[in-house]
Amino acid sequence: MATSASVHAHAAPQGFIRKYIFSLDHKVIGLQYYFLALIAVFVGMFLSLLMRIHLIWPTAVLPLVGEIKPETYLSLLTMHGTIMVFFVLTTAPQSGFGNYFLPIQIGAPDMAFPVLNMLSFWTTFVAFVVLVSAFFVSGGAPLHGWTGYAPLSALTNSGPGEQLGADLWIASIAIFCIASLMGALNFITTTLDLRAKGMTMMRMPLTCWAWFITAILGLLAFGVLLSAGILLLLDRNLGTSFYVPLVVVNGQVMAHRGGSPLLWQHLFWFFGHPEVYIAILPGMGVASQILSTFSRKPIFGYKAMVYAIMAIGILGFVVWGHHMFMSGMSPYSAFAFSIMTMMIGVPSAIKTFNWLGTIHNGRVRFQTPMLFGIGFVSLFVSGGLSGPFLAQPVLDIPLHDTYFVVGHFHLIMGVAAIFGIFAGTYYWFPKMFGRMMSESLGRVHCLITLIGTYAIFMPMHYLGMAGQTRRYSQFTEVQYMTHLIPLQTFMTYAAFITIAAQFIFLFNLFWSMFKGPKASDNPWEATTLEWTTATPPPHDNFGGRTPVVYHGPYEYSVPGAAKDYVMQTDPAGVTTH
Amino acid sequence: MTSLSPTVPVSVPETGQGGGSAPPRFGGDDGGGGDGYPDYGRRLRRARLGLAVALAPILMFFVSLVSAYIVRQGLPTFDDKTNTYVREWIPVELPLALLLVNTGLLAASSLSAELARRQITRQAALAPVRSIPGVSLGNEAGFPWLWVTVLLGGGFLVGQWLAWQQMADRGFYLATSASSSFMYLLTAAHGVHLAGGVVVLLYAAVVSLFHTPIEARRIVVDVTAWYWHFMFLLWIGIFGLLWLMR
Repeated sequence: MATSASVHAHAAPQGFIRKYIFSLDHKVIGLQYYFLALIAVFVGMFLSLLMRIHLIWPTAVLPLVGEIKPETYLSLLTMHGTIMVFFVLTTAPQSGFGNYFLPIQIGAPDMAFPVLNMLSFWTTFVAFVVLVSAFFVSGGAPLHGWTGYAPLSALTNSGPGEQLGADLWIASIAIFCIASLMGALNFITTTLDLRAKGMTMMRMPLTCWAWFITAILGLLAFGVLLSAGILLLLDRNLGTSFYVPLVVVNGQVMAHRGGSPLLWQHLFWFFGHPEVYIAILPGMGVASQILSTFSRKPIFGYKAMVYAIMAIGILGFVVWGHHMFMSGMSPYSAFAFSIMTMMIGVPSAIKTFNWLGTIHNGRVRFQTPMLFGIGFVSLFVSGGLSGPFLAQPVLDIPLHDTYFVVGHFHLIMGVAAIFGIFAGTYYWFPKMFGRMMSESLGRVHCLITLIGTYAIFMPMHYLGMAGQTRRYSQFTEVQYMTHLIPLQTFMTYAAFITIAAQFIFLFNLFWSMFKGPKASDNPWEATTLEWTTATPPPHDNFGGRTPVVYHGPYEYSVPGAAKDYVMQTDPAGVTTH
Repeated sequence: MTSLSPTVPVSVPETGQGGGSAPPRFGGDDGGGGDGYPDYGRRLRRARLGLAVALAPILMFFVSLVSAYIVRQGLPTFDDKTNTYVREWIPVELPLALLLVNTGLLAASSLSAELARRQITRQAALAPVRSIPGVSLGNEAGFPWLWVTVLLGGGFLVGQWLAWQQMADRGFYLATSASSSFMYLLTAAHGVHLAGGVVVLLYAAVVSLFHTPIEARRIVVDVTAWYWHFMFLLWIGIFGLLWLMR
């Protein structure tokens, strides 16, 4: 437990560069992450739009990219996945909101290591620039998908994008790993060491728990991806054979001998599966926070929620093999991975049950953050229910590499996490910028996005069951898939509408930043520490005060209390926990 | 109407966590801030916690390389001449004598890092006494363990470089065989991590020539010493793997 003075060794900076560019303030760094993710999400979304257009009109010449050749399509796919997974889903909910609100919610004046914090943002930024630069080098962006399967990714002559573009891709991922490790280090140390007096671990908001567990996942996972990436770089550029067996490319026998492409898959998915939870856990935290606040009820089963986050985190490390059922793994291993994977359904169901229990009989305030919170739960359930299908090897074999998988992970990890980000944005915007976002625009945005994403991703399950494979740049000429064209066309139009709706959000965000009605310090009548301080929070978060915590995070409608919510710092009232 | 005089909180200097020293109340530069004096005991604890957390991904990084080593060692290679799978893991001929010398150097540097850590802890403990006007503690500098550690660490890195040269002389280059690839990779990865420690210690040694507050330096030296011990143990693990699991 620390005092304000001992942690906040740096005073409020004066110059523009120290204040907004190379800032040590976790709030500024959080916003930097957020806006980096905002840029990245629009880039990634643009790439997905190009892919959707190309699928329906394969010969169309598109703006900026021209005619889409098969390799261009694979480049778009690779860059869409990489940008979205790393620079949006990992960056915004964890590094963005986590940086801004973890210290405030635990009553700390800043992160444990502010300089490291600044470095981790700027390293992430460099990683993003390096990744995007792959579009502009000779040969273009890589083709190997966000999973970078060897040997395609491990040979420089396996395709046009696999030259410099793939090296830049690997470099970007490696830099991102280092940035994420620095961030995770900061999050864990901050949570363990900087909590205010009275803020026991079991009084932390579930957002903090989610950020904390996510940081541990990142800490253990990103080092593995880093080592996998280094092996890949060596294979590509220095002639080693970690991943490449004897292989013939364009009639030419390569010098590599005896490597194993499966080694890459094991190392990658050992990182890759926890990464899925890195993307979704913070969203779960935000949803818990919002559902409780807007239902005016304590979260249902706080301890169960905490243990469920932990269980998901632990199980997340022992299920990576379910991505590899088709790789010829031993049926015994497949069985073990299958059982472990289905076990994740248990803590996930506990969380869902508790969210529903939280809303049940609550005096629900249907404001925009709440709508997105409910949307999150909806998408999490819809996407999650197709998980047990894919977790079983016998079902995964026909469904693997079809649109079923694409639909599954977009719903549960992609859009659900995005809904977590939206919910967090609408919820914390008043605290971050001191103004309210437009409620009516927010509702329109939520409605179109929810219906739109279902319209895009639900049909994918049927496409997959009908046998449509993913990653194919053209299917309209393939006879067994021609009857799927109308459904695909519908999805493309749905994508147009959904993407258009995001500009409503963008307008709302920037318009409200300057023109929105002024927000009070606690517009949602919430209980956690960020709502006890000024709006926006001062440089040291609490204006020289050191908060003392007396209550759990979700004390709504406490019998006998004067108001229907008891702030965590309220010394009066009914003391619980 | 009576009023009580406002109580002024008197804070007792807190005991430092590891070295048993009481950090001084006013400790010089706090990084250009001015909103309070740094509490070195707390900062030391936080730095140590940060280090402990940071060791986890480093360990994971090496664990994944080692597991790749074990997997790769067991894999057969397809021989295109005979169309059969053969075992093609060529055991590396390690320059054993040189590596043992390097191990000795690293062990010695780990010891001297520990002595440097204890020395600066003692100096930090005595700093408040030294700040009393008219009190002298005699020869304050003591034996330069920090510089010795830097030299021994540098010696280890040079020794590793020589080991690579001997490997190359024996015909084992990076891409010769998977075994030699791993040998170069593991030693290089360890060397890079150790070089980071050398740079930090060098920084601490150089700034000690200027008048930086000893407590700030103590945190750097303390944390790096622990890191250094970890690097030593890691090297024993890597060396054992490369030697015993050829």
